[in-house]
Amino acid sequence: MVLRDHARILSAIDAAGHIAGRKKLQKMIFISKKLQYPFHEKFEFHFYGPYSEELTLKIEELRNLGLIEELKEKENGCLQYDYSLTDAGYEFLTLYENGLDERLTLCLKELNEQPARFLELVSTVFFFDHLTKPEVIQKIAELKAKQNYSAEEIEEAFAYVGELMENNKPLSMHS
Amino acid sequence: MEYSLQKMNEEKVFKDPVHRYVHVNDRVVWDLIDTKEFQRLRRIKQLGTTYLTFHGAEHSRFNHSLGVYEIVRRIVDGVFDGREKWNPKDRLLSLCAALLHDLGHGPFSHSFEKVFEMDHEMFTREIILGDTEVNEVLRRVNDDFPKEVAEVIAKTHANKLVVSLISSQLDADRMDYLLRDAYFTGVSYGQFDMERILRVVRPTEEQAVFKQSGMHAVEDYIMSRYQMYWQVYFHPVTRSAEVILTKILHRAKELYKKNYQFQHEPYHFNSLFTHTVTLRDYLKLDDAVMLYYFQQWEEEEDPILRDLCRRFNNRDLFQYVEFTPSNQEMKKLLKLTQLFAKANMDPDYYLVLDSSSDLPYDFYRPGEEEERVPIYLLSKKRELKELSRESDIVDAISGKRRTDHKLYFPADMLLDMSTFRAEKEEIKRILEWE
Repeated sequence: MVLRDHARILSAIDAAGHIAGRKKLQKMIFISKKLQYPFHEKFEFHFYGPYSEELTLKIEELRNLGLIEELKEKENGCLQYDYSLTDAGYEFLTLYENGLDERLTLCLKELNEQPARFLELVSTVFFFDHLTKPEVIQKIAELKAKQNYSAEEIEEAFAYVGELMENNKPLSMHS
Repeated sequence: MEYSLQKMNEEKVFKDPVHRYVHVNDRVVWDLIDTKEFQRLRRIKQLGTTYLTFHGAEHSRFNHSLGVYEIVRRIVDGVFDGREKWNPKDRLLSLCAALLHDLGHGPFSHSFEKVFEMDHEMFTREIILGDTEVNEVLRRVNDDFPKEVAEVIAKTHANKLVVSLISSQLDADRMDYLLRDAYFTGVSYGQFDMERILRVVRPTEEQAVFKQSGMHAVEDYIMSRYQMYWQVYFHPVTRSAEVILTKILHRAKELYKKNYQFQHEPYHFNSLFTHTVTLRDYLKLDDAVMLYYFQQWEEEEDPILRDLCRRFNNRDLFQYVEFTPSNQEMKKLLKLTQLFAKANMDPDYYLVLDSSSDLPYDFYRPGEEEERVPIYLLSKKRELKELSRESDIVDAISGKRRTDHKLYFPADMLLDMSTFRAEKEEIKRILEWE
């Protein structure tokens, strides 16, 4: 189906209600992808952790199509973008998408309740899932020095990753 | 003598059309080039399907990898050596990462990765860290060296300066591919004064920066990049070939899932179809293997696979019309999808919306969640200034993404009025074509 991946991103924003911040949106999709939900955007490691240029592009296209609204807000001195569906977006979804997996919807809602800073840490733990725990902690210290994560936050992130994986075990092949 | 310090008895050179010569003095680099995993890159074209538009574009990932290595070698040996902020211990790491940065690329990577949901970065890491000749050479330097090289390539190494030499908005990778692709395609847009850029590059703790006196050479590079993306990389004919290639792979995968009996067993693809591909399977793939199957599949009974392969092999590509996404246009697209199905042209394979997009340069926006490292100029007062604030030309295109959408379809099928005349007339009317 043409624009299937766009429709899925749109559904993800719809499931979350609205998403405050580009960083948060990026991390939510990355974490969902890591949990084997069907997102196909390619992610690489950038300053704020895993980041997808393809996802950025799709968001811009959805905005240009008038399917999502991007509100610029100032949050703690930083500009932040708040994303939600427009009426046209809802109409588009009725044409295109059969709805998301119920567990994915729950997962996105749950992720959306977490602060972006924490999701940045969680997605970094996921990104380095091929490394041992001490190696991941070392990577966080090296690459995320400016964020100054505490040992408690890092432990919490590891625990949260375990919880997410437990609650989102792949049932079978997602569509 | 320690392996990492060993030099060749006499300097080895590769004749190169872009850099004139690629110089190899280090034993480690020479040994890496000799590995079977690196030699495999000779059999993978750098620009995928571009040769169907620009017939000269037959150069390989091997050429490009040597080119990136040569640029980094010139920077670290010719410019950085002896400067503050440059640690000579990082020299070999930089050279090896430059040489191996594309090691995991497969044939026609873009389509391949999309269809089989994999990424070449993962295979680069696996080749460097796995049971391979490359790993064996790197381990001779020290046990941690393969991991370090893999981290530089993945942009997860703590040394940001070394990472920036290979991955940033002005890096050795981009400089080489622009010059090389311009040379082999025969276009004049990709030219810029790399010699000048190499003279003004300087090391800092965070990244490589450029003396302000070299700003115009950097501007020229940004504009070349902009031109190359739109004139070469996103050329609609190349995109059309890419669309067909992607659809061939999709069709083969779909048929496999439906237990279709291939006349010619797709041996090389089986593990890709089942998502069980191993490094060993992956390393067997190259352009020749892919093209061999496309030849074989022209004889298959499945009409779609047969037709798509014939199109690709004979360069009988899809036609296109411009498409501007809007809700109105999307409704038209839905209508077209229905009409294609009615006219017995499976819209999953014969009606394709393809998008190309490029952001030529992105700058730092204070307070925003920015993801790209900007290019910094180093003033005479040793201050760092972001490029777009100094250059009006770069400022004009900074942060501006250009996206282009096209709708591809087989013109010959639409022109054949012997069947489904009414539907085809309606399709042509909606497409505003012919």
